[in-house]
Amino acid sequence: MAQRTTEQHAVPFWRDERYLQLLGQLAVVLAVAALFYYLINNLIHGLAAQGIQLGFRFLRLTAGFDIGESLIEYSRSDTVLRALYVGFLNTLLVAFLGIIFATILGIVVGVARLSKNWLINKIAAVYVEFLRNIPLLVFLFFVYTVIFLKLPRTDNALSISFLKIYFSNRGIFIPWGIPGETFGSWLVILLVGLILAIVVGLILYRQGQRTGRMPLIGFWAPLTFVVVGLIGWIALPSAPLIKDVPVLQGRNFVGGRGFSPEFGAMLFSLAVYTSAFIAEIVRAGILAVSKGQREAATALGLSPFLTLRLVIFPQALRVIVPPLTSQYLNLTKNSSLAVAVGYPDVFAVANTILNQTGRAVEMIGITMIVYLTFSLLTSLFMNWYNARIRLVER
Amino acid sequence: MSRKLLVLLAVVVLGVLIVAACTSAPTAAPPAETAGAAPATGAEPQEAAAKSTLDVVKERGKLICGVNNALPGFGFIQPDGSFAGFDIDFCRALSAAIFGDPDKVEYRPLTAKERFTALSAGEIDVLIRNTTWTLTRDTELAGNFVATTFYDGQGIQVPVDSGIETLQDLEGASICVQTGTTTELNLADQMAAAGVNYTPIVFETADDTTNAYLSGRCDAWTTDKSGLVSRQSIFDDPSAHKILDVTLSKEPLGPMVRHGDDQWFDIVQWVVFATFTGEEMGVTSQNVDDVKATTQDPNVKKLLGLEGEMGQKLGLSDDWAYNIIKYVGNYEEIYNRHLGPDTVFNLPRGLNKSWVDGGLLYAPPIR
Repeated sequence: MAQRTTEQHAVPFWRDERYLQLLGQLAVVLAVAALFYYLINNLIHGLAAQGIQLGFRFLRLTAGFDIGESLIEYSRSDTVLRALYVGFLNTLLVAFLGIIFATILGIVVGVARLSKNWLINKIAAVYVEFLRNIPLLVFLFFVYTVIFLKLPRTDNALSISFLKIYFSNRGIFIPWGIPGETFGSWLVILLVGLILAIVVGLILYRQGQRTGRMPLIGFWAPLTFVVVGLIGWIALPSAPLIKDVPVLQGRNFVGGRGFSPEFGAMLFSLAVYTSAFIAEIVRAGILAVSKGQREAATALGLSPFLTLRLVIFPQALRVIVPPLTSQYLNLTKNSSLAVAVGYPDVFAVANTILNQTGRAVEMIGITMIVYLTFSLLTSLFMNWYNARIRLVER
Repeated sequence: MSRKLLVLLAVVVLGVLIVAACTSAPTAAPPAETAGAAPATGAEPQEAAAKSTLDVVKERGKLICGVNNALPGFGFIQPDGSFAGFDIDFCRALSAAIFGDPDKVEYRPLTAKERFTALSAGEIDVLIRNTTWTLTRDTELAGNFVATTFYDGQGIQVPVDSGIETLQDLEGASICVQTGTTTELNLADQMAAAGVNYTPIVFETADDTTNAYLSGRCDAWTTDKSGLVSRQSIFDDPSAHKILDVTLSKEPLGPMVRHGDDQWFDIVQWVVFATFTGEEMGVTSQNVDDVKATTQDPNVKKLLGLEGEMGQKLGLSDDWAYNIIKYVGNYEEIYNRHLGPDTVFNLPRGLNKSWVDGGLLYAPPIR
């Protein structure tokens, strides 16, 4: 026995699996590091040979170009950094709204695909198969040039007259409110309303737990909020939001809130395209819940809707969330296609900056970091959500 | 067992990589020290770094010229797939000067935004793509403009029935513009100066820009006036559009080469000057052989390589300018062939006349 142990110790390290594993890992790390060293070294020398120096000072210089749409004040005399920020916000806007719409559409279509109604089922199936099998760029071009640019000109725009909503090839225009003098105080009142709504919700929840009959929290809490908001509106000396209606002035609509065709095309294509994938994920998630669960719920007398909401969905979510995260990430990254239809997202603006300053390496680097940040944040949130719904599982 | 093999394999791969990294790092370094030499072309950076662009071109047997492929009259793909245009002819002239054959050119179509990267990365030898000469481009982009081949100015095109006549009429308008161009910046500058509010709609290519304009997305679109005329010629109904009188900027267009190779800079520059000089002296592709046989004028003799060994000073053969004029023509012939009265554009020469006719084309003497 003792002899054997010594023999084991005598195994030279290059045949000892523990050492070899460690060595293997070390080797891979070194190889990757060497590769990166080589690439970066090559870049630096290549740039030096061309007489190009890296640096980020240009971000502080005047941008010099205008941007079509912006969520913040911006003009050509602002800095390059601010121009980039405008693009960043535009990307954020289209990605955020895109995710919301894609999720809603995706769930509806996904559930519809499982419908026993032949027509609904087939429509959903065609929707999914049609959209899933077209490249997004082609679809985006189609939506932009065939739908949005083919809307009538502003002088005979399609309109929903009583709502004052106009559709034209210059964009979609809806009435909007401009903050009035009392807007600040109204915001405070709204905050109070929100707190009250939460309190009401909590009280009702406690009551529900005590009595075993859950009241309609989803109805009473928002109602509290709306009522407080309304009371505030009436009580304030002047209206906090002044109605601003779009009016045709010359060739363009003035007033209200306009959404450009580029933004419309981007949001529409991203939401619709991604919803097809989400629909399949939702369908898979629902099918992954064992049939017995549904039968048991039905046996308990739950309606089909309640079965879906209380029994099927909570369990399906476990299957749905991880691939859903990927779709959200895809949507965010796909928003960089905006450059094709002239929507000034962060990539398009970065491209313009790259062109006007010649700072290719810096701008590509910044763009990559921006998208990486977007994606990691989305990932982080979805992972947190995933962990949370996992706790619900018993 | 297989795991051990895998580990061993990893170690071997590592060894190879380390050796590769160690050997390649020092070889990559020399270009930094010999920054004066021509930068890398193609796949072999170390080797090419020591060579001049002229040597690389000669060895390759053809010139790689970065051009436009969507601007009729300047750089456009013909129905048969060949390239033709004003800018293209300068590529051909360069090829004629180097090889005595105008067709040893590979055309590399580039978008406005790709062009400078393509030049600085060594993908092309020379950029002749209606590129405006500006200070920033001349310095920060690591390139040099050699000469102005076309004096242009930025204009604005609107539909005739829009009633727009001046910049002020464009208040509140949407204007389509192509990204990566000086026009994008001029537009912002001029509109700010005129105090006119407008919305720029920025597209990647000239095709996208004009498509959006034609579909009514924009009230107007803007680029160099020559570009407006050129694109207008391929609209369905050219007569429905007009160019406003206002000129937004100076747009001197010309060829661009990389920093760091003075000989190559000189060659491209003097090829352009040879076309100017040809017009000035009345030498055309039609009469160049007669002139060469009979001329007594020492200046013409120097141009056509009968005297002074001018070509050799550039690193070319002495009949370099003869070849340019013989195979491509002088400036007037190039202009008229693509933009002159017999073409759909019928662009007046304006500033692009020889200095003897009161224009701006003025070549230093070939002597």
